[in-house]
Amino acid sequence: MKSASIVKDKIFRQLLFVAAALIILISAGMIYSLTTGSFGAFSKFGFFKFTFTSAWNPTAGSENYGALSFIIGTLLTSFVALLLCIPFSLPVALFTGEYFKGTKIASFLGTVTDLLAGIPSIVYGLWGFYTLRPIVQSLGLGENGFGILTAGFVLAIMIIPYAASLSGEFFKLVPDDLKEGAYSMGATRLEVVRHISLPMAGTGIFASYVLALGRALGETMAVTMLIGNTNGIPFGLTSTGNTMASIIANQFGEADGLKLSSLIALGLLLFLLTAIINLIGRLIMKRVAVKV
Amino acid sequence: MSRRIIKDKVAKIVVCLFSGLTVIPLAAIIWELVKKGYHQINWDFFTKVAPNTLDAMLAQRSGQIIPGGIANGITGTLIMVVMAALLAVPCGLFAGVYLSEKPHTGFSKAVSFLTDLLQGVPSIILGIIAYAWVVKPMGSYSAIAGSIALFIMMLPLIVRSTEETMKMLPSNLKESALALGSSYRSVILKVLLPSSFGGLFTGILLAISRVMGETAPLMFTALGSMQVNWDVTAPTNAIPLLIWQFYNDPNLVGMIWASSLFIMILILILNITASRVARKWKIR
Amino acid sequence: MENKIIENTVLKFEHVSVSYVPGKNAVDDINADVKEHAITAIMGPSGCGKSTLLRAINRMHELYKGITVSGHILLKGEDIMEMNPMQVRCKAGMVFQRPNPFPTMSVYDNVLAGYKLNGIKLKKSQKDEIVESCLRDVGLWKEVKESLNKKGTFLSGGQQQRLCIARAIALKPEILLMDEPTSALDPIATNKIEQLALELKKIFSIIIVTHNIAQAARISDMSMFMYLGELIEYEKTKIMFTNPKDKRTEDYLNGQFG
Repeated sequence: MKSASIVKDKIFRQLLFVAAALIILISAGMIYSLTTGSFGAFSKFGFFKFTFTSAWNPTAGSENYGALSFIIGTLLTSFVALLLCIPFSLPVALFTGEYFKGTKIASFLGTVTDLLAGIPSIVYGLWGFYTLRPIVQSLGLGENGFGILTAGFVLAIMIIPYAASLSGEFFKLVPDDLKEGAYSMGATRLEVVRHISLPMAGTGIFASYVLALGRALGETMAVTMLIGNTNGIPFGLTSTGNTMASIIANQFGEADGLKLSSLIALGLLLFLLTAIINLIGRLIMKRVAVKV
Repeated sequence: MSRRIIKDKVAKIVVCLFSGLTVIPLAAIIWELVKKGYHQINWDFFTKVAPNTLDAMLAQRSGQIIPGGIANGITGTLIMVVMAALLAVPCGLFAGVYLSEKPHTGFSKAVSFLTDLLQGVPSIILGIIAYAWVVKPMGSYSAIAGSIALFIMMLPLIVRSTEETMKMLPSNLKESALALGSSYRSVILKVLLPSSFGGLFTGILLAISRVMGETAPLMFTALGSMQVNWDVTAPTNAIPLLIWQFYNDPNLVGMIWASSLFIMILILILNITASRVARKWKIR
Repeated sequence: MENKIIENTVLKFEHVSVSYVPGKNAVDDINADVKEHAITAIMGPSGCGKSTLLRAINRMHELYKGITVSGHILLKGEDIMEMNPMQVRCKAGMVFQRPNPFPTMSVYDNVLAGYKLNGIKLKKSQKDEIVESCLRDVGLWKEVKESLNKKGTFLSGGQQQRLCIARAIALKPEILLMDEPTSALDPIATNKIEQLALELKKIFSIIIVTHNIAQAARISDMSMFMYLGELIEYEKTKIMFTNPKDKRTEDYLNGQFG
């Protein structure tokens, strides 16, 4: 009986190993499929030409595809979202992690932001389309209220909870005795925040925003519904455009041949972009975690 | 002196004000969904499939509510989320246990790194992947393809939550179980996993609630279907996918609010249950 | 009782060494015979290797990478290194520093944890019998018999530790290893555990690691004094405390270091 249980133990350990190995397999398979899928586009146009030109012409015979306008659209919407998100997520982080740390009202706000984070992208899109877009339209910004700004605004609301809850954790990590030391010398709360908490938590908060940016880059549905879906390089905040995710969402279903390959190539570029941003964020965060 | 205090007060007011402002979108969204959606919710909404566009148009012309419901979406979401969870839960738990048991090997570090990577992959790309892995070889859109996309999305979430929870267990728990002469397998399955039940369950619920509202990975994997469909190899609908289809059909657009309200309530219930479980089963 | 002749050997250390880092022994060449139905105390300053030696007996070191154990440990004449580690751990029960009942199991199931984890099926009547007798043995029966189905973690610290002892003796081990079992308890709970150890030695043999000299004096029959990984002195407790042979033992007992 005992030796049977040793055999079972071995099998069990192998099962754990196989489950962990599955992660590697899936990741490798993903990179493989994206790379082979985009081979058609890259071999026709070349990696650099595909990435840095902005043509998107599906007319048979003169097919020509480039990613640039969508890369710019993606970066523009995401950075607009990030800029709009900071003035809201920073106060929320301060509220839950510093000013009202551990109180009921802070946990209420925490629940609210958790719920905001749980709203599906498509519901944000509907809200943006039916509530926000008319407001933008009446302000005269963008065609019928569609565009980079509208998409960026909804994206901002979507990433606020993520950025706030991550950066709130870093405020909580600031040791109380440091803050008490400052208070004991007569500092006001604002001064403690500015000179103790923010510098201490700064790197972690920066990392939180990097990760929030990573989220924004890949958001699909809400952006697709609000950006206006035009294929040129966007010329400003009120311009319509497309992001890498939104063009895939719009055109992948009916695409084949070179167009399909170009869309997969866009997917690969988006994958690389988000991977790099996420890794930078996680790397900084790990550094901070080791220090604290 | 007084300027410092005024500055301090102003800062606090600003923090409170802007924090308060972030509550508005949640309230506004819920309000809009309830206001526009409640009258569409009735028994038929849960038991009938989505109407065709002509019936919907005629009903609206005569001032009635749109007939039919989202039964095809409800069953599709159920099938795909359950299939995804059946794959992701065991794989995720085991991989998470592996990482917490052997955190320092090169292999574990690679797995951990790739788990982070997978967690950051935009969901639309998972759609492309499931299309390449399942739809193309099978030659048809299907619930299987949709659930594979959702599975890849759930997996890293469960791995991470399992790993974090297992790391919080007191180390002497494992020792004391082993000191009673039990095998490694029963230490994990009978002591460590049950002891971290709360954290694991919360992680699973949150992962489910994350994927339940996803549209992007299903658009070109599950595709959608106008009937209730239990055949996992055939195109299947899901609630978020239905919302997207309603949104794109001027005659059915009236259905979006009730459908969104319903999926929001489901996700809300999952989230609230998750945080309740987390609080109740906190490791002491 | 102290005059009762204790003769049979239950456990034998033969050239036992343990090292965490290659070339550096945390426990160095221990040779000793542990007597049956006695309480053997292992004393010494922190880091002297007393817990390390104890954990070599039930092969706990195998859970961690890079720890090597050499030499032989004979339990009732059988070399533990030749047994299966799970079997060894059934025969040598262990009680830890901090009480650690399994949080998901009831009091009842905690006592039976050894059987459950080893997949041994018992009839309900057998289970009831084991639970009652073990809980009586540790003096916990009266306190918990109304709440056998409650979680073990609701008990007080001292009760939890007695539950952990019940859990260890339920498997009818040859020897009970106690690793500073009272260091997390208050004086009253400590006293109860000590009385319990004195009762239990009638049935089992006990090795107790302690940094509390008074505790060793109060309850042990035999004492080992370890210093920097070496066994300096091993003697009847009475003799060691009144007439230590080694200068280092004397210094330690006088509170000179530790």
